[in-house]
Amino acid sequence: MAGAEQSMSFDVAAVRRQFPILSQIIDGQPVHYLDNGASAQTPDAVLDAVRTYETTSRANVLRGVHRLAERATEAYENARIEVANFLSVDPMEVVFTGGCTAAINLVAYSYGSLLKPGDRIILSELEHHSNIVPWQLLRQRSGIEIDVVPVTVNGRIDLNALPRLLTSRTKLISLAHVSNVTGTLVDVHAVVTLAKTVGAKVMLDGAQRVPHGPVDLSAMGIDFYAFAGHKAYGPNGIGVLWAKAEHLEAMPPFHGGGSMIGRVTFTETTWAPPPRRFEAGTPPIGPAIGLGAACRWMRTLDWKEAHAHEMALVERLMDGLQKIDGATLFGPGSTQNRYPVVSFLLEGVHPHDVAQTLDSFGVAVRAGHHCCQPLMDRFDLDGTTRVSIAPYNDNTDIDALLTGVQHAARTLR
Amino acid sequence: MTDQLYQDRIVALAKAKTGAGKLATPTKSARRDNPLCGDRVVVDVKLDEGGKIAEIAHQVRGCLLCQASASALASVAVGRDAAGIEKVRLDAERAIGREEGEAGEPFAAFAPVKAHKSRHECVLLPFEALKEALS
Repeated sequence: MAGAEQSMSFDVAAVRRQFPILSQIIDGQPVHYLDNGASAQTPDAVLDAVRTYETTSRANVLRGVHRLAERATEAYENARIEVANFLSVDPMEVVFTGGCTAAINLVAYSYGSLLKPGDRIILSELEHHSNIVPWQLLRQRSGIEIDVVPVTVNGRIDLNALPRLLTSRTKLISLAHVSNVTGTLVDVHAVVTLAKTVGAKVMLDGAQRVPHGPVDLSAMGIDFYAFAGHKAYGPNGIGVLWAKAEHLEAMPPFHGGGSMIGRVTFTETTWAPPPRRFEAGTPPIGPAIGLGAACRWMRTLDWKEAHAHEMALVERLMDGLQKIDGATLFGPGSTQNRYPVVSFLLEGVHPHDVAQTLDSFGVAVRAGHHCCQPLMDRFDLDGTTRVSIAPYNDNTDIDALLTGVQHAARTLR
Repeated sequence: MTDQLYQDRIVALAKAKTGAGKLATPTKSARRDNPLCGDRVVVDVKLDEGGKIAEIAHQVRGCLLCQASASALASVAVGRDAAGIEKVRLDAERAIGREEGEAGEPFAAFAPVKAHKSRHECVLLPFEALKEALS
């Protein structure tokens, strides 16, 4: 069992204690939260950081000269440094956005405006709608073309199919770092190597990867990376776009307003240098500070142990599902090259009815198309039931889920 | 377990699959999707000369609640026109607490859905498809 031995030394109870929401009892039941891929829970460290800002330093950033404004600005910029440390990049390459979707839209709009009609972008069949629709909007605006890499029956992006999609007009390959449906990890090295053969840039949607530990972007050779705060133990309303400095320098603004300017006149306006060029108006200051705290908190965990713990739970889940008549996994059946997001089907029971039944057992999961309708269409599925695991989950969460699935199998078909 | 949304009567309605399938020569047909959850209902109707439903069939790609609602609707639709279907819808809306009053059968069976607002649309989607087919 991959990593099960290492997980023995991971103190999951100590991690759980840091998440006050998990100690709740709702309708007489403990909270078995397995919907982390939608939104993860938030530890005291993040709640404390936001509260400290709101109660000791709340003010607008960058413009004020008073002490609260100075404190707020320092906390906001320190959060940028925390994020940069988490990603092993320069803080000046970190742009705070409203979320992961906002970050991808920023690239699609701003970098996209540098593309010409007939230029091509490659996506995959398993992308979240947030990594499809912004490019379709760009296609409408600019006349670019979109090519789609298929997925294998195991729910992995079929990189064998990628070379034949590459052309001299391919400017960008934008893929999920980790699938929000199957948990599969894309082979970044292979993608970057292939992209370089035609000079294409690479963007990764890191929404499902970042909640599972630091990412060394400096070693990956990619160009753009996006993720959301609320899936990474931080607040809602904050996300991050990282891009190489040379790209940010070349990109025009997305939104216009305060903070993102150099000098404004009615005849001409100049832009601030990145990252402020892309942070028009008052940014989400408290959420950014919370996200900085979340990145700092994540770096306090031993992720070798935490990941082994998460994958031991995936094994427990997969073993249990295989013993339930009519339950089948959608996606890889192993723990290799994947993260702890597991989709399954229960024959004769709609995923929403599985999820609703699980709720009555105190188990929170997500069911449906997971904002991946093209992937569902590819496999002719109504949807799946998705279990997404975080380091604070334990065996009781998995066992409660398996009990609920057994109940659904008994009563709903 | 904390509640009993899937009570025997709702499960029985879904399993009955009343009206499930297609009509060979429908007078009208309509499809409605719920973009949030992906549920899809296609309703075929054959109308008589007075505009009343003579035959009805439905194809549901959706959850048990949606299947049960389509089945219940098909069981009472024949002989009704658009206004008559609106009266049935009132029963459904009463059952799930969107309207005041006591729900008539067979939609009284949907009373357990009242507490689950996120599932109300599952019950109403077949009505939306039928309304469009009758429009």
